[in-house]
Amino acid sequence: MTLATLTYIVVGATFALYIGIAFWSKARTTGDFYVAGKHVHPVANGMATAADWMSAASFISMAGLIAFLGYDGSVYLMGWTGGYVLLALLLAPYLRKFGKFTIPEFIGDRYYSQTARVVAVACLIIISFTYVAGQMRGVGIVFSRFLGVDVATGLLVGMGVVFFYAVLGGMKGITYTQVAQYCVLIFAYTVPAVFISLQVTGVAVPQLAFGSGAGGGESLLAKLDRVVTDLGFAEYTSGSKSPVDVFFITLALMIGTAGLPHVLVRFFTVPRVRDARTSAGYALLFIAILYTTAPAVGALARLNLTATIQSGPVGAVDGNLAYAERPQWFRTWEDTGLLAVEDLNGDGRIQYYNDANPAFAERAESMGWQGNELTVDQDIIVLANPEIAGLPDWVVALVAAGGIAAALSTAAGLLLVISAAVSHDIVKSWVARGISERQELTIGRISAAVAVLLAGYLGYNPPGFVAQVVAFAFGIAAASLFPVILLGIFAARMNREGAIAGMLTGLVFTVGYIAYFKFHMQPLGGNVKENWLFGISPEGIGAVGAMLNFAVAIAVSTATKPPPAETRALVERIRTPR
Amino acid sequence: MTEPEERAQQRRGYWRDNLRLAGCCLVVWFAVSFGCGILLVDVLNQVRIGGFELGFWFAQQGSIYVFVALIFFYAWRMGKIDRKHGVDEED
Repeated sequence: MTLATLTYIVVGATFALYIGIAFWSKARTTGDFYVAGKHVHPVANGMATAADWMSAASFISMAGLIAFLGYDGSVYLMGWTGGYVLLALLLAPYLRKFGKFTIPEFIGDRYYSQTARVVAVACLIIISFTYVAGQMRGVGIVFSRFLGVDVATGLLVGMGVVFFYAVLGGMKGITYTQVAQYCVLIFAYTVPAVFISLQVTGVAVPQLAFGSGAGGGESLLAKLDRVVTDLGFAEYTSGSKSPVDVFFITLALMIGTAGLPHVLVRFFTVPRVRDARTSAGYALLFIAILYTTAPAVGALARLNLTATIQSGPVGAVDGNLAYAERPQWFRTWEDTGLLAVEDLNGDGRIQYYNDANPAFAERAESMGWQGNELTVDQDIIVLANPEIAGLPDWVVALVAAGGIAAALSTAAGLLLVISAAVSHDIVKSWVARGISERQELTIGRISAAVAVLLAGYLGYNPPGFVAQVVAFAFGIAAASLFPVILLGIFAARMNREGAIAGMLTGLVFTVGYIAYFKFHMQPLGGNVKENWLFGISPEGIGAVGAMLNFAVAIAVSTATKPPPAETRALVERIRTPR
Repeated sequence: MTEPEERAQQRRGYWRDNLRLAGCCLVVWFAVSFGCGILLVDVLNQVRIGGFELGFWFAQQGSIYVFVALIFFYAWRMGKIDRKHGVDEED
């Protein structure tokens, strides 16, 4: 059986599973549609949250990102996991006690204001659409690489599947499909990781292989440092970003994670307040399995790749891999364009080194190297792993299914919060208050359908800046939603005026800062360290936006009249489980 | 003391215990990530554990393990605090 046939079978089988689950868990009430009837077991919710959270980027790109960033990649590892501590300690149990359907609804009720609710809906929609466009693109790319169909076809199939279970099953449908998707993606991620660890180090557990010896009394990481610095790259275990920037990026990603609506809403679905707490623990446990494996895979793969190209000592004539002798996996991925070689000095061998390092330039020239000849796409680290490790075809097929599962589960979660915001926060509470539950459910399904179509369109025709705006989703979530939700629970005195002023300040500041640097507005200056405020890059500015939001909200609420008695009673109520 | 006052006092005690626990957990959260993984990373990298420099290990592995343990610890202790103040949910 060919690899393509096998991949079709494995991916097809997972799709059949998702659709079967959708039939079994059809939403009958708005409660089912928005919060899965609040019947989700905390462990199941943990798995669903993990799948919801881990996107195509986590699955396909993160290990590669870390492989090429080294220590600097830690911002993603700590940032995207540390947020769950904030979520579990400061938000999830209280939002569950509040016990309604959406995040804007909480903000609207707590701040007794339709305006606050609408501002929250606007933030939610900006965050979620930014994020979902990337997911749909990811679905299309996985399809086209593994199944040999074009991106548009892949996108249509992916949209069809999401359409089916999100529109039909609502939150209830996506919850149980996400549980299945988690199992598929974690299995697909860890199997190749274990084999590659065994192959490189002889230790089966990637987290331990990461810290094992590489022979001759040298540890794997020390060897990696030596090998990459020999080629003019930065030392793997120390970073090149400034500590201030690392600090703020990590903080912005943590706060942003805790403020993402599609993650927060998952904690509305468990039966009790104490389930919300443990469920956040399970979610992070399930996430941590992938997030602690990824840096190990990154380091092992970087060493493997470098050693494959620089097979002998640097400077020796036969120290570099001859192009004609490149391994089979190398040829396969060259066809996809993820690996590209250009023989600049015409010696028939591949030189892979840091040609942007002036300190290494002289040495390179003396060896007759005329520039780096290998271009590597970071995604290859995960995608090519099974072939590099010589694993059977079914593992390759599984990785394809895992990548698609990661993308679909996140897309579905995002689409659901968008549709809930439209049907519940805009239509039901504002435009057409008198509608029945049945009508609201229908509107929810229609808006989910429209959101799928729009997301598909954005995935196919990504706005030119899509790669630039990932920072937007986290920055905006950190600067707008997180502070007002937190203050809504912990500061009983916080009022409507403070919350609205805070959200708008955080939003405008963060969007403005990112736009200023990311879109190169002339004549304002380039996106370089010298121009940044306090040396903080646009990726980390959400943390400053959040601080401004807190400061403005507190100042404005102190100067205006306190919230009404009912609001204080609401705060009292959400603070205790019973 | 009247009954509503008693209830109000009970709630204040519950909230104080909750804030203290959450505060302690957040100190640990900050210490392992921003402390060991970022601010003190160069100092800790002088120490080696197996094949890892300690600061690097905290940044890419250790902080994540501590985060997971911290949430379960918080959930367990909050359960006790809920019961102590009589605000736990019945099954």
